[in-house]
Amino acid sequence: MTGTAPAAETAGTGDAPASFLEVRDLKIHFPTDDGLVKSVDGLSFQLERGRTLGIVGESGSGKSVTSLGILGLHNKRNADVSGEIWLDGKELVGASQAEVRRLRGRNMSMIFQDPLSSMHPFYTVGHQIIEAYRVHNDVSKAVARKHAIDMLGRVGIPKPDKRVDDYPHLFSGGMRQRAMIAMALSCDPELLIADEPTTALDVTVQAQILDLIRDLQQEFNSAVIMITHDLGVVAELADDILVMYAGRAAEYAAVDDAFHRPLHPYTWGLLGSMPRLDRERSERLLPIEGSPPSLINVPSGCAFHPRCPYSELNGDRSTTERPELIELEPGHKAACHLPLEKRREIWNDEIRAKL
Amino acid sequence: MFAYIIRRLIGAVVMLLLVSLVTFGIFFWLPKLAGQTTDQIAASYVGKAPTAEAIQDTKERLGLDKPVVVQYGNYLKALAVGKDYKAGPVTDHCPAPCMGYSFRSSQPVLETLLDRAPATLSLAIGAAIVWLGVGISTGVVSALRRGSVWDRASMIIALAGVSLPIYFTGLVSLALFSYTFKIFPGGGSYTSVTDNPLRWFEALVLPWVTLAFLYAAMYARLTRAGMLETMNEDYIRTARAKGLPERTVVTKHALRASLTPIMTIFGLDLGLLLGGAVLTENTFGIPGLGRLAIDSIRSGDLPMVLGVTLLTATSIIVINLIVDLLYAVVDPRVRLG
Amino acid sequence: MNKMRPIAVFAAGVVAAAGLAACGGGDDSGGSGSGPGYNAGNQAQVNKSDKKGGTLKFGDSDDWDSPDPGNTYYAFSQNFARLYGRGLTTFKPAAGKESLEVVPDLATDMGQSSDGGKTWTYKLRTGVKYDDGSTVTSKDVKYAVERSNYTKELQLGPKYFKQYLVDNKPAYKGPYEDKSDEGLKSIETPDDQTIVFHLNTPFQEFDYLVAMSQTMPVPKAKDTGTKYETAIVSSGPYKVDNYTRGKSMTLSRNPNWNQSTDPIRKALPDKIEVQVKQNADDIDQRLLAGSLDMDIAGVGVQSGTQPKVLTPEQKPYVDNPVQGFLRFMSLNQHVKPLDNKHCRVAVQYATDKVAAQTAYGGPLAGGDVATTVLPPSVDGYTKFDLYPQKQAENGGLDEATVAKAKQELQACGKPDGFSTKISARSDRPKEVAMAEAIQQSLAKVGIKVSIVQYPAGDYFNKYVGVPKYVHEHGIGMMIMAWAADWPTGYGFLAQIVHGDAIKPSGGNNLAEMDDPAVNKGLDDAIANPDKAARMKAYGEVDKLVMGTAMEVPLVYAKALMYRPKRVTNAGITYSYGGMYDYLNMGVE
Repeated sequence: MTGTAPAAETAGTGDAPASFLEVRDLKIHFPTDDGLVKSVDGLSFQLERGRTLGIVGESGSGKSVTSLGILGLHNKRNADVSGEIWLDGKELVGASQAEVRRLRGRNMSMIFQDPLSSMHPFYTVGHQIIEAYRVHNDVSKAVARKHAIDMLGRVGIPKPDKRVDDYPHLFSGGMRQRAMIAMALSCDPELLIADEPTTALDVTVQAQILDLIRDLQQEFNSAVIMITHDLGVVAELADDILVMYAGRAAEYAAVDDAFHRPLHPYTWGLLGSMPRLDRERSERLLPIEGSPPSLINVPSGCAFHPRCPYSELNGDRSTTERPELIELEPGHKAACHLPLEKRREIWNDEIRAKL
Repeated sequence: MFAYIIRRLIGAVVMLLLVSLVTFGIFFWLPKLAGQTTDQIAASYVGKAPTAEAIQDTKERLGLDKPVVVQYGNYLKALAVGKDYKAGPVTDHCPAPCMGYSFRSSQPVLETLLDRAPATLSLAIGAAIVWLGVGISTGVVSALRRGSVWDRASMIIALAGVSLPIYFTGLVSLALFSYTFKIFPGGGSYTSVTDNPLRWFEALVLPWVTLAFLYAAMYARLTRAGMLETMNEDYIRTARAKGLPERTVVTKHALRASLTPIMTIFGLDLGLLLGGAVLTENTFGIPGLGRLAIDSIRSGDLPMVLGVTLLTATSIIVINLIVDLLYAVVDPRVRLG
Repeated sequence: MNKMRPIAVFAAGVVAAAGLAACGGGDDSGGSGSGPGYNAGNQAQVNKSDKKGGTLKFGDSDDWDSPDPGNTYYAFSQNFARLYGRGLTTFKPAAGKESLEVVPDLATDMGQSSDGGKTWTYKLRTGVKYDDGSTVTSKDVKYAVERSNYTKELQLGPKYFKQYLVDNKPAYKGPYEDKSDEGLKSIETPDDQTIVFHLNTPFQEFDYLVAMSQTMPVPKAKDTGTKYETAIVSSGPYKVDNYTRGKSMTLSRNPNWNQSTDPIRKALPDKIEVQVKQNADDIDQRLLAGSLDMDIAGVGVQSGTQPKVLTPEQKPYVDNPVQGFLRFMSLNQHVKPLDNKHCRVAVQYATDKVAAQTAYGGPLAGGDVATTVLPPSVDGYTKFDLYPQKQAENGGLDEATVAKAKQELQACGKPDGFSTKISARSDRPKEVAMAEAIQQSLAKVGIKVSIVQYPAGDYFNKYVGVPKYVHEHGIGMMIMAWAADWPTGYGFLAQIVHGDAIKPSGGNNLAEMDDPAVNKGLDDAIANPDKAARMKAYGEVDKLVMGTAMEVPLVYAKALMYRPKRVTNAGITYSYGGMYDYLNMGVE
């Protein structure tokens, strides 16, 4: 494949960061006949090993494209990528495709949403794990097979020596996701990206899988990015949260801050639309009004303003000026024009009570 | 699996009986519905001087004087146990499975079919190899470079391939490569592979390419569409996420999945072709089953038509069975039953 | 012998015209205009040579009806069979009118007739051998005639011997059923070199009948009936090494053939190959490219090839002979109102023959406008025109001709014209085009015809050759083509105008003409030993036929024949319907 290389003028120019993973001003744009789709438009964040970052947002907020961008799996033919992605001291946006490919599966790997469609129907589960292992490790088939059985056992699949020769369609949904995880972890990746890993699963199985990911993270000491629209999953697993809206970060905070002291009206909306099992709900759910914006015609100023109940409090700033992500408290950033005090007031007085 | 094959084979026999019955019906009942008498049907086998006496003789010789049901019964009987045939001063024994003798030339049908089959087999298999190779690789490259000059050019050529009749491409290729540049031998140069393998090959290059051009075009389009669809599958993204080289992703993961639907079509195409590639055989003067079929239909040679029809039906049935078995091998989700 | 000409059904050159003109065009023909000349092969054999050796390659878009000399009717087959068989007589290997002459072949001389033309005696040459080395005897000739005319199994050939020879009592059943040594009593073989035929009627053209391949000897012990076509025993200069139906025939020299017994054959090539069932357009390409020597069917190049052979470079290698064929329209005298002669004469005038000629391919590929039933290449042809037509300046019939037609309609009691049907063979597009042209020209005088089409294979057996069918369906006009089984007026006319030729089905006398004067004219002529008088009589019969106005001659068929440069002794023989004579053909 000789797709056009990502636009790299701005990439690779900065200094290597101290963080394990650092994304700087990442932009992923897709020129289409209808216009330029700005799926990711200036995103920055960091992540250390052993930590878990939850990226949340509605469909189309750019969270999946971000993860694919990190792995270099976006469609290179029609995407313009700029910014920097540093993984363990290596810059990925400007790196050659072959280099990124070698990192994939070994240094960084990914668990996908639907384990049935994400595994090749014609190959056994074992074969697919062996393939993943052998592409990065020069070992015999027999060794790789033993490793695959070992991995299947570690993700909790009973009788792994038998199941290794089964095809994906013979596995239950949960078992399939475990196999998927075994495949993703087969090379001890330092970065694991899980894209909605539990969405397609039964509720009972969801918890098991989340437990498994947490256990394995501790065991491997990986950095994990958990992409989800389900705040419950994030609350369960993540250390930090990145809330995305229209391809940009709306809020970045530690889990505790985000759930108890959120500083962005969009985060409030997300919290309001989240079913809570841990406490009695006072009223019905509070969905965010309106629908996610078009990524071709992103609303001017604050992209959230058409849906934001408080946008008028800022005069016309909401429609004319794009709010920057500003660190308001240590480790807590948000992009909103509302005065900080006003936000705290609204949160404490209006929102919190309704949750 | 074994039970499945047995079941399919029984179905095949029933199918062949039906095919032969329908062919019989078309030959006898349709003309009768159109108001023709047995004498009139027989008259067309007499030659140029159909006297009443000659017609009567011919009816007896060909067995047309018996009811159609009896004729059909006799046909089946000959298939099962063989029959004797009076060729004038000598009597010929036709052992089971006896498919009878031509109404026109009195040649034994099975012998004729076996004599013609190698030519058609050579043509069809060779062309199939060419078209699979060219068609699939073109389709893959087109799909991977969608919208490129290569893609557009090859799809335009493919469109031409699908639309141009073999008559045209065959004669043009003969005029160019055989008569003008004298690279390949001309029409009618087919030789049996057992006689002279080199000449066999030389003589078949143009027919292979001509026939394959048509199919390659079709398969390129099919492959391209299939690949475009498969490349968007989640498991392709997974394969890439594992860090597999693109080549492995394309050949091992994408191509294999795109080829399964093509396999079904290929089975049908090959099965039909094995019954005779009529136009190609005619254009290049290859003595195969297709020409035999056309000649027999045109001259109302019922036993020969039946023979070719049954052979074609058999090859389609057998190849489809093979395809279905292969399908189960290729796609583990498919269970035979 | 209209069936002798297999018409290439497969889309005659439709594609070739468009596609090949660009790439084929005579760039390899060598010195332009250096050939022997356009139509040279009509007058004399071209490229005369005695050089032996090489392989003569024939192609055929169809196949034989059967190459068994006793089971074939095709003209090319009769012509070609002489390479592997010798009948009692044959036609002189020459071009043009000279080719109409009958000469002795297996016989030492022409037949000696006695009993007023009812008994014919031939003496066989001595020392003639089969390819297996055994000697040819007169008994083998008798057997050959018996098997070809009297058996159930061999039905494809003509049955003239059965018609004219005295039959046994009870009727002879043929050698496959009647195993008696005597066989057919009317053929006697007093010794191995003598054969005597006893006819039931005086027949002065018996020498023509024995020129048919049915007198080529077949040894009884070697006869395998319908399978004989694959195991033919040769009495000619070549033996059949292999014949596979649908594929090919190969001939090589018969080591037992002796030139001293054979004054007419040159036996030039070492090998002769015939590929059958070849693509008709490709045959033409190969002829032009020089990789094929001859189209065996002898009916001319495909329409797509015609412009290519008429280029200045190729034209010297082209002949445009009359093919001994008449394309004509029969008017059935029992279908009203054509039972009235005036109505028939009206059709004679109102049928625009030039339009019909154009529809069939024009003067070169279609033929010359015909005014007589006998074509010019048949012995006995006399030129005349009872219903002269003139063309108007800008096409179509002129006013005077149209006026004559209208006048006849008036006399017929149909001043405003009438309606009837015209038939043509559906798988012969040119014939259909001809019917359309006739339809248009007749419409101008108020004769409205609708065209009915039938498949060629069943045309005579099931449709227009069945009088009952014709009457019931009111088919007044029927287009057909006819060539003689032997090239004299009798051979041409007897099957289409004699009252005896009316049959319940499969007949060729489509007009159902049964005119006493015509019948008598033919009967008297064939009994007349004076050849010159016979030939004159045929012309008279032709005039009588035209006088009834039941037959409308349209064109004397012609074809564009191609003789590749390296072919030697290429001349057009009229006796096999205007194709090249294969007897002495060789290669440079």
